[in-house]
Amino acid sequence: MSIQAQQSTAKPPAQTDTIIPPPALLQPAELVQMLHSSAKPLVLQTGSHVLYAEAHIPGSEYAGAAGTSAGIEALRERVTGLNKDRLIVIYCGCCPWGRCPNIRPAYEQLQALGFTNVRALYLPENFGTDWVDKGYPVTKGR
Amino acid sequence: MERAARSRTVGSLLILSLLLILFSAPTGNPPLAAQAVTHGAGAGRPAPNFSRADLSHRKVELNSYRGKVVLLNFWATWCGPCLTEMPTFMKWQKQYGSEKFQVIGVSMDDATAEVIATVSRLKLNYPVLMGDEYLGAAYGGVLGLPVTFLIDRDGKIRARYQGASLTRIKGDIQNLLQSH
Repeated sequence: MSIQAQQSTAKPPAQTDTIIPPPALLQPAELVQMLHSSAKPLVLQTGSHVLYAEAHIPGSEYAGAAGTSAGIEALRERVTGLNKDRLIVIYCGCCPWGRCPNIRPAYEQLQALGFTNVRALYLPENFGTDWVDKGYPVTKGR
Repeated sequence: MERAARSRTVGSLLILSLLLILFSAPTGNPPLAAQAVTHGAGAGRPAPNFSRADLSHRKVELNSYRGKVVLLNFWATWCGPCLTEMPTFMKWQKQYGSEKFQVIGVSMDDATAEVIATVSRLKLNYPVLMGDEYLGAAYGGVLGLPVTFLIDRDGKIRARYQGASLTRIKGDIQNLLQSH
């Protein structure tokens, strides 16, 4: 199923749907393939630290809740000095996609900083349902 | 012929009466409707106990609520659907009374300050404590909010709800409250 098709069946559109363009969305299965490739992306969780500690994508880093000013600052610091064409994958999954307070600000911030290769992991329901329950790899800890 | 029909009717009434007596006897088991409240991951197992201070520094121990139906709600200040359903939890707490029913909120926020401000703003009438990854893991993983558990009077998880499901939760609460 294409990303567009999935979005069309999702709940009412939200800010994230309209601001993050479909080509920038990344399906979980695509990310799993990327993680097994030699050119691994930088994967940043931009949501809740508690949820990150409970389970996160192996190799991903916690970068702050982008829905807060402190989180945006932490994200900015983390990407300082990186090449602007570096592939960066951001994800949250704290809430249903349309209600997520973090993914859109994170994407916008990276865009504003000039990053040209940013992908947002598309988790329609949440990280538990769309990643953990699907059997994709996880690890825990802060 | 008429006699035979009458005796069949009497026989049927006797069987019906026996069935009524059997199913209305105080066996200690909840009604069938209440027994049906078992769904979601973790349903049917004992609710993991915890003992933590709430935001008012009062000890909240889950096992101390045995004998009451408990609604355990994992939420966070940044979770829109969570904030939407919390006023209804307040209403239920008031409506069903603390003798039979208790809502307990578990915030999965990273910091306490925002939680205190939100609880104060909403004027919550039930205890809220800070959760963490350990409590989330104990409850089978809280990886997307809101997540709510309905726990029966014996301390067993009877239902797990992912996302806002107020109508379903209300029906299940009523079933459990009617079961004793």
